[in-house]
Amino acid sequence: MRAATATPARPRARLSPARRVKNLLMGALILLATVIVVAPLILIFVYLLREGLGAMNLAFFTRTPAPEGEAGGGLLNAITGSLMMLAMASVIGVGVGVAGGIFLAEYPRHPLMPTIRMLSDVLAGIPAIVMGLVAYGLIVLAFGFSGIAGALALGFLMIPIVVRTTEEVLKLVPLTVREAGLALGLPQWLVILRIVLPAAAGGIVTGVMLALARVAGEAAPLLFTAFGNVSVNLDPTKPMSALPLEIYRGATSAYDENQRLAKAGALLLITLIFLTSLLARWASRRR
Amino acid sequence: MSESARRPSVRPARSAALSSGGDRVFRGLILALASVIALVFVLSVYQLARESWPALQTFGWRFFTERTWNPVEGAFGAVSMIVGTLVTSLAALAISVPLAVASALFVAEYAPKWLAQPVGYLIELLAAVPSVVYGLWALFVIAPVLGRWQTAYFLDPANLPTITRCNELWAQGQTTLQCFFVPPGAGGRGLALAIIILTVMILPYTASVARDVIRLVPADQREAMYALGATKWEVISRAILPYARAGILGGVILALGRALGETLAVAMVIGDSQEVIRSLWGGASTMASVIANQFGDAQERLHRSSVVALGLTLFFLSVVVNFAARLIIARLTPKGIQ
Repeated sequence: MRAATATPARPRARLSPARRVKNLLMGALILLATVIVVAPLILIFVYLLREGLGAMNLAFFTRTPAPEGEAGGGLLNAITGSLMMLAMASVIGVGVGVAGGIFLAEYPRHPLMPTIRMLSDVLAGIPAIVMGLVAYGLIVLAFGFSGIAGALALGFLMIPIVVRTTEEVLKLVPLTVREAGLALGLPQWLVILRIVLPAAAGGIVTGVMLALARVAGEAAPLLFTAFGNVSVNLDPTKPMSALPLEIYRGATSAYDENQRLAKAGALLLITLIFLTSLLARWASRRR
Repeated sequence: MSESARRPSVRPARSAALSSGGDRVFRGLILALASVIALVFVLSVYQLARESWPALQTFGWRFFTERTWNPVEGAFGAVSMIVGTLVTSLAALAISVPLAVASALFVAEYAPKWLAQPVGYLIELLAAVPSVVYGLWALFVIAPVLGRWQTAYFLDPANLPTITRCNELWAQGQTTLQCFFVPPGAGGRGLALAIIILTVMILPYTASVARDVIRLVPADQREAMYALGATKWEVISRAILPYARAGILGGVILALGRALGETLAVAMVIGDSQEVIRSLWGGASTMASVIANQFGDAQERLHRSSVVALGLTLFFLSVVVNFAARLIIARLTPKGIQ
């Protein structure tokens, strides 16, 4: 650490006891605070492992929830629903997000650039539940509850995350690389498509993965868009379930069996999200 | 024209290519897709404004000043939700800021490298835990602990006079400082639990911004103080924290934005009471929790519209808060570092 070089030079002997005690006390408090900050994460994970691991059997992955109050069942409806809605959300989130990132990074002098950047930042701050209300008004009012409505809300939530990471990695590609391409006579769009984007592909994938990890856990915007479904539904125009939705329903249910499924679902969800986040960060570190 | 022709162009290939169709098509495509961002924003505002229009038209500013929220009587005033949102968010902020700054100091100043990195990762993972999972954990693990404490309070005969007096006060819609800390029931759920879980949820946002700005403090600042014989804490309190203060403030406001909009974890544990808070241990509600709990069941037009009006309020509040945070952070980050 930077401070390490200065430490030996410090004349320890001349420190007054009051200063030394205060220094040690504050150090101890800082350590204690850090333990308090990290503790919930470990406590939650251990709790879910203890309570949910037992419920993660074959039925958990191959069956739908049993009727209220009955034993058995699984979350196949939620797993397929989550996968389908995340795939659909990615179409919106990645398409618009990557294009937005390219626009901000490659056309910095375009008159619309500051507006798009500002609105992207604004979108990043909108609460997920409010996005749910928006998707409700746009789709559900006209067509009813559907996987598409849920995916739209999730896709909107992905956009600002993908925009920001794409813009950042594109700016890491040296200007000389672009100039070299232009000097060879390539038009700008081919320079972007053939040289800049491939060079930044790893970082963009990382951004998309982080965005997916972020929205995969969102239940609030799905409450009144995808709505939930007790059976497996592969038709995106019909109500659809999702892991966070089932966790919410199960956790607030009075039945032990539903609570058990919710805990197992939470363990699955949190594990997938952690793996995705760690993988994304590991990939971005390696570059 | 002749002037510019003689001047050597900076990017000859680009200006030549601009006349080619490919560039124009590609740029148009990118611009069209990027414009979807603006479209989403406009649609959101339009949608929220249109849906909340009936409520805002009926109640006007009274929507923000009336205390009664009663779907049966068709009376909708948002005071208790606004108070609930602000109280939970600000209380969570007050508890989380010292903890977050301390953990950032630990990662940036105290921990050896082999420990700093994993601890940094763990704090970032804290931000990745979904809201529902926090809610589930709070409901099953923390609520019973608080509930046991509340039951013990009720079973203690010595507390009976206080409970009786506070019940009378509460029935009149009033409270005192003492009664604010007396539990009105023994469920464990309520304002306090919502504050606890919100604190945990917003910690990582402040912590990671604080860590980044603490790392930006120039090394000379530290070394000069160490050279004068300062202790580590003196260096932190007099050289590092003052220097990083404004940046940390940006992280705090960012966390506030998160806290205002945090939904399900709060909705699951806050107890969903539509009355203005009278006890720390009693039920309450926030704008986001009311949207989550009531929008699906709101059949009546005015009820539904009032819930969306809460969403519109939350929307503007979050936009303002996030904007302030980004402005502060952007102004403080030296160019080239981000």
